[in-house]
Amino acid sequence: MRIWRHRLFWPSAALVVLVAVNAIARPQFLRITLQDGELYGALIDILRNSAPLMLVALGMTIVIATRGIDLSVGAVMAVSGAVALTIIDGSGDPGATGTVLVAVVVALLVSLVLGAWNGFLVSALGIQPIVATLVLMLAGRGVALLITGGFITTVNSAPLAYIASGYLTVLPFAFIISVVVITALGLVERRTALGVLTEAVGINPEASRLAGVRSRGIIWGAYMVSGVLAGLAGIIYASNIKAADANAAGFLIELYAILAVVLGGTSLAGGKFSIAGTVIGVLIIQTLDSTILFLGVPSAQSPVFFAFVVVAVVIAQSPRTRNALRALGGARRPRAAASVQDRPKVEVAS
Amino acid sequence: MSAAMTGTVAAERPTSTFQTFLSRRAGMMPTFAALIILVLLFVGAEAFLRGDFITPGNISALLLDNAYLVILAVGMTFVILTAGIDLSVGSVMAFTGILGAQLLARGVPAWLAIVTMLAGGAVIGLLIGTLVQYFSVQPFIASLAGLFLARGLAYVVSLSSIKVENTGVLWLQTNRIRVGDWYITPTGLIALLTVAVAAFVLHLTRFGRTIYAIGGNEQSARLMGLDVGRTKVAAYVISGFCGGLSGLVLTAYSGAGYPRNGIGTELDAIAAVVIGGTLLTGGRGYVLGSLVGVFVYGTIKTIISFMGAEQSWMQIIIGALLLLFIVVQRAIVARSEQRR
Amino acid sequence: MDGARPLLELTGATVRFGADAALDDVSFRMFPGEVHSLMGENGAGKSTLIKAVTGALALDEGTLTLDGDEVRFPTPHDAQRAGISTVYQEIELLPNLSVAENILLGREPRAHGVVSQRRMRDQARGILADLGLDIDPASILGTHSVAVQQLVAIARAISTDVRVLVLDEPTSSLDLDEVGELFRIIRELKARGVAILFVSHFLDQVYEICDRVTVLRDGRLVGEYLTRELLRIDLVHKMLGHDVSDYKARQREPVTQPDAPVFLSARGVTARGIGAADLDLGEAEIVGIAGLLGSGRTELARALTGAAHLDAGIIRIEGRAAHLDSPRRAISLGVVYSSENRRAEGILAELSVLENITLALQAHRGIFRRIRPARQRELAQSWVEALGIRPPDLDRPAGTLSGGNQQKVLLARLLALAPRVLVLDEPTRGIDVGAKVDIQNLVGELADNGLSVMFISAELEEVLRVGDRVAILRDGRIVETLRSGDMTVDSLLALVAQPDEQEG
Ligand SMILES: Nc1ncnc2c1ncn2[C@@H]1O[C@H](COP(=O)(O)OP(=O)(O)OP(=O)(O)O)[C@@H](O)[C@H]1O
Ligand SMILES: [Mg+2]
Repeated sequence: MRIWRHRLFWPSAALVVLVAVNAIARPQFLRITLQDGELYGALIDILRNSAPLMLVALGMTIVIATRGIDLSVGAVMAVSGAVALTIIDGSGDPGATGTVLVAVVVALLVSLVLGAWNGFLVSALGIQPIVATLVLMLAGRGVALLITGGFITTVNSAPLAYIASGYLTVLPFAFIISVVVITALGLVERRTALGVLTEAVGINPEASRLAGVRSRGIIWGAYMVSGVLAGLAGIIYASNIKAADANAAGFLIELYAILAVVLGGTSLAGGKFSIAGTVIGVLIIQTLDSTILFLGVPSAQSPVFFAFVVVAVVIAQSPRTRNALRALGGARRPRAAASVQDRPKVEVAS
Repeated sequence: MSAAMTGTVAAERPTSTFQTFLSRRAGMMPTFAALIILVLLFVGAEAFLRGDFITPGNISALLLDNAYLVILAVGMTFVILTAGIDLSVGSVMAFTGILGAQLLARGVPAWLAIVTMLAGGAVIGLLIGTLVQYFSVQPFIASLAGLFLARGLAYVVSLSSIKVENTGVLWLQTNRIRVGDWYITPTGLIALLTVAVAAFVLHLTRFGRTIYAIGGNEQSARLMGLDVGRTKVAAYVISGFCGGLSGLVLTAYSGAGYPRNGIGTELDAIAAVVIGGTLLTGGRGYVLGSLVGVFVYGTIKTIISFMGAEQSWMQIIIGALLLLFIVVQRAIVARSEQRR
Repeated sequence: MDGARPLLELTGATVRFGADAALDDVSFRMFPGEVHSLMGENGAGKSTLIKAVTGALALDEGTLTLDGDEVRFPTPHDAQRAGISTVYQEIELLPNLSVAENILLGREPRAHGVVSQRRMRDQARGILADLGLDIDPASILGTHSVAVQQLVAIARAISTDVRVLVLDEPTSSLDLDEVGELFRIIRELKARGVAILFVSHFLDQVYEICDRVTVLRDGRLVGEYLTRELLRIDLVHKMLGHDVSDYKARQREPVTQPDAPVFLSARGVTARGIGAADLDLGEAEIVGIAGLLGSGRTELARALTGAAHLDAGIIRIEGRAAHLDSPRRAISLGVVYSSENRRAEGILAELSVLENITLALQAHRGIFRRIRPARQRELAQSWVEALGIRPPDLDRPAGTLSGGNQQKVLLARLLALAPRVLVLDEPTRGIDVGAKVDIQNLVGELADNGLSVMFISAELEEVLRVGDRVAILRDGRIVETLRSGDMTVDSLLALVAQPDEQEG
């Protein structure tokens, strides 16, 4: 198998190119310094700041693998942040680790319930995922606003701040959270049968049901995972700004998460998915963000820049480009457009 | 002789007119359901608000306030029928709106500004369609790139709102044609005309039927010799064009172009289309349903603003009503499936 | 007719999928007014050749000439414009559109410049009537059975001005009557000078209608022969490269011996499309199900295996009432089902052969008791060998296998569960002669080892041959269950097709 046929080749190449461009444009980009036993630098910032998107995108990957989509992740982030901060704010001792721990656990439980709700609509009632999760996307922010009483709740709590900006040994704690979640998902996928059963459900729910797969339970579970991870992302976000902002928390994050999943090579049509691909997709988006910031593009206009990069990456990944590349390599003639259409599905799996 | 069987062709013959209707028109059930629920919504609001709701003025306003959404939903219907999706429409509307306002402010004649707006929307649609069809990019992602592009371009044109002074464009909104207490403006007429043209194209032209065919099974449509490639691209161009048109209508409606318009409007449009009974998996649905969907959506918002709820409750109620709606619709459809 | 110039000629055709060639330097020609058959095992490359000729796939090498001129068809549309009309194998049409539109879309009649649904319906009704088919042209295609959909696809293909008609296994789910109508039309077209390509795994049909056969094996050309000069046995030998193993008749229990213990018994089973059905499946017994299209064969199978909801009735397994409310529950009780609709309800096209084979067992064991990868491979390997799945490549996406091999993968999936009751709905549909006998023999062996089998097939001969007893279905009811030894194909045919005497 040629290396560019590997499904992670193009995403990885895009990431490497982005990092290289940055490294050339600003040599300090690659510099990592050790201060007081903690690592600092632009790359470390990227790893730290990517945590919320990483968590949301990982949950999204699982949902997409079941042929679904979860638009409510941003709203769940808002609710989770609101719950956590309201608990901390209302407690007698906002600075106590115990308080923060309780707040986090309660927020995650609430997120789990919200995820279960989505799963219920999709798997038990059979509502199309995009509409089913739209309900919570619309209503969720209202709930968050209700919880915070319509204000932006701000708190001063050291343990809370630690989640987003603290260090565990030499690495940012937020990044450690990402790593733990990535590892956990990777292990579950490798060591249990959940990975292949999820793919089966995503490829063909009816055939899977006839083969005795618990399609319903698996779909339900996927939304619950997505909910919890979005909740965790919401806590990190709130910890970062030390406030619960029902309108700004996770705004548009569903779009970026889906983009990350797709950049990582997972098809929105469900089925075969790649955790590693999503990780790379998130890093591409985060690096791009940092690049745009660095280049001094006015933030309002940065979407144009973003659009061009997205287009470049998806075109590079497209089967048409790959065939053209192969033809350049002199291997053989490109096929007609007709056959290009039904081939990617097959190639993804090979 | 091979030992297959003989006998009459056991095609499932419908036995009653009701069954004939079902076997021909089962796909209309969700749209019917939407219509029924819309009526219930009206009746409910009327009762709840003690006879203040169903007035000619309110219903006229419902169309005018949502004219831009009707147009977006029409374009979205084309795309969704091909089993695609277009996330760019809200941003395209903002971009063409601010572009038009800017051009008018610079003294460009109104007709040229309008043509540029429509063409701008269509070009972004063309870009998305090309990515989808010729580079096999998933519609969600291709149109997400379109969203970013259009939104960014809107800010490139102007970072703040631009007032429109051109009387020709403003006339689209200010000129009210009255029949008793009912009234309609040219923007409303444009919206209704868009629906009518779309319904005509979708049901009575080969292009329209090919749109449905692609949504039914793209591979089969291609093997049947239908022009899948161009039709699919055209669906996105139409959606982009509708984005441009709604940019015009919204600019006339609000009297200004604003680059932050329409954030999240693509989801409103998608929700309206889906509520109207079109399946996101493509091939099933009606553009008239999308009109009903917009009305359901708009009515919900109107009811809430009548009740004068706070932002938080407003969002929750919209979500809850949307939920109620899709669950009831789901139940009605499931019922009719069992009857078959 | 050999002196005539071929209407269509393909020379040196090669089509590759990745590294391996599905078609390797094949030459092929079709003459006007002649029916040509393409024969070969599953996966021999018949459909690939057809796709290459009709513009659905590009040739990697080789040339195509039509009427002596070299042509290239970048899309199926171009081939259609040149007068080549095709019914592809297993390609459903458009389930969401009306029957009339499925037949006429692309050349629909117009009135005042717009598509006229009314005229389209009238025209379609005429075309369908030509095929002896009486269905509402305005009904939605997806509401019809596979057989009707297949007929509609044929109707579409013959309703244009064709010069070359290509039919890739058009008869795989048709009953004899419909095949008769199709053959009548083929003969008419033939008389008009149309060149016809007809692919089928039914040798009888090939010998009845075809003048010439081209045999492919493993993507290579074996030869071109005139049907009348080629003995069946030789044809089979050329297709398989070896002689076909004989069907091994099962050692049936002597009639005097009392019936084998009943393993599964159904009483008054009522579900959508099936009413008050009683059926007993004995241990080590094969019960064949015979019935016309739409008689409830599939519905019965689904009702007994938890795939469809039961409205009434009771199913006992080893005497105990079993609540089969999902396929999962049925599997845990040892009852497994393979759907007639291989592509939509069987194979998971993008998963590998290995994953497809181990899927049901894994689902049965549960998420956390994962089968070790080495064990999975061993298991899948053993089934691939036992059933002769080709190519024996465990990591290939199952969707790229030929139809017969996909069917075997499905069987392997079910057999890996070590089931007690095997319900097979049309397991030999679209499968080549060699594989068909393999599967029939396999079913026999399984029954010899104590399995109960329910075997559904539209081919009465097969039902009689494989089944120990045959249940006859008419209009959703089991009207009779008879020993297969007591029947002939003709007597069974009479029973199955008997018109209903006002029975409610
Ligand atoms: N899209 C594809 N990708 C990879 N391999 C393929 C693809 N389509 C077909 N093949 C392979 O090409 C070979 C020929 O397949 P083809 O469908 O032409 O067989 P066939 O003779 O029509 O068989 P059947 O009788 O089952 O219809 C098979 O080995 C098959 O696995
Ligand atoms: Mg074939």
